[in-house]
Amino acid sequence: MCTTCGCGSNEVRLEGAALTPHDHDHDHDHDHGHDHGHGHLHMHVPHDEHGFAQVPWAPHAPAPMGTRIVQMERDILEKNNRYAAANRTEFTARGVQALNLMSSPGSGKTTLLVKTIESLRDARPIAVIEGDQETTRDAERIRATGAPALQINTGKGCHLDAQAVGHAIAELPLHPGGLLLIENVGNLVCPAAFDLGEAHKVVVLSVTEGEDKPLKYPDMFRAASLLLLNKCDLLPYLEFDVGFAIECAHRVNPGLPVIQISAKTGAGMPEWLAWIESERHASVLAHGI
Amino acid sequence: MSLSQGIVELIEDAAHRDGFASVRTVWLEIGKLASVETQSLRFCFDVATRGSCAEGARLEIVATPGRAWCLACSQAVTIDDALADCPLCGSRQVQVTGGTDMRVKELEVE
Repeated sequence: MCTTCGCGSNEVRLEGAALTPHDHDHDHDHDHGHDHGHGHLHMHVPHDEHGFAQVPWAPHAPAPMGTRIVQMERDILEKNNRYAAANRTEFTARGVQALNLMSSPGSGKTTLLVKTIESLRDARPIAVIEGDQETTRDAERIRATGAPALQINTGKGCHLDAQAVGHAIAELPLHPGGLLLIENVGNLVCPAAFDLGEAHKVVVLSVTEGEDKPLKYPDMFRAASLLLLNKCDLLPYLEFDVGFAIECAHRVNPGLPVIQISAKTGAGMPEWLAWIESERHASVLAHGI
Repeated sequence: MSLSQGIVELIEDAAHRDGFASVRTVWLEIGKLASVETQSLRFCFDVATRGSCAEGARLEIVATPGRAWCLACSQAVTIDDALADCPLCGSRQVQVTGGTDMRVKELEVE
């Protein structure tokens, strides 16, 4: 998580343009989900005979007199979650299926996206948000397929956040029945904690990595709804134990569906496309979109 | 660092609405399964609070238990580690259900 990697979030750029808290119009109809007057109840703190505040639940040293306790009860990721809820509402209203793809750098996400777009572009509208610390190279690769793509550069940030994605979806053409593929920054840690408003998180693990990655980075595999085991065309040349990799993934997320795939040869692509379609149908049944 | 910045934003927000000038103590509730390095969080908190009303505030972190559902014995269990086996039946089929939350619980202000 970002407390580990120390990343900052003040240098986010959308297609080269800086995002600052005041240069956007994303403060429209957020469903904030909280009352602005709420959560700040004043409490008269009882004091003991030594003049120390007594806070019943907290195992801390008593506070000197003259101070007071403010109840907060606020989620630290609340701001991101608020933007994510707004994005989710927007996706539902516009009838768009959004998937958040996450993996280590170099797992083949962008190639997988290119192949996915080539397979689906005649069937439904597709748009892509690309997340990288620097460069617009991935967005350019996607645009070469004809699909609209926007690049978010996170600068020192190691993950996409819901606010940046909100800016991007305001500029992307999203059509009813469309598919929005969000390629997160290559990182198996922090992106797991930041909801973007997507319908599902999909984690991509390539067979050139270790089988035990799910044990080493459990949050990511726990947050995912699907594991794509990519670059399976290389299995004959590697000592990668597919069964053990799946066992590791199921250790952190029992029941996680796994598809063995090769974006290069197309093996497993029909199963991946079928998964997207079945989740879309499930969403139509649940939300009417 | 994003987490610490989030904490400072929540505190500044509360200071604005609640009319306090400085914060003595911040209590956080961090789930045992939240994968937060509390040492890093303390370091980042000190950096992120500089120049804010919480500069110099004491950070108290209260760990809340990890909760899970064992698919094998169909019971709610308490675990300390996201990869723990079921403490009742030893099964590995344990689905985390709680203890991943990160909350600002309360502030001591003046």
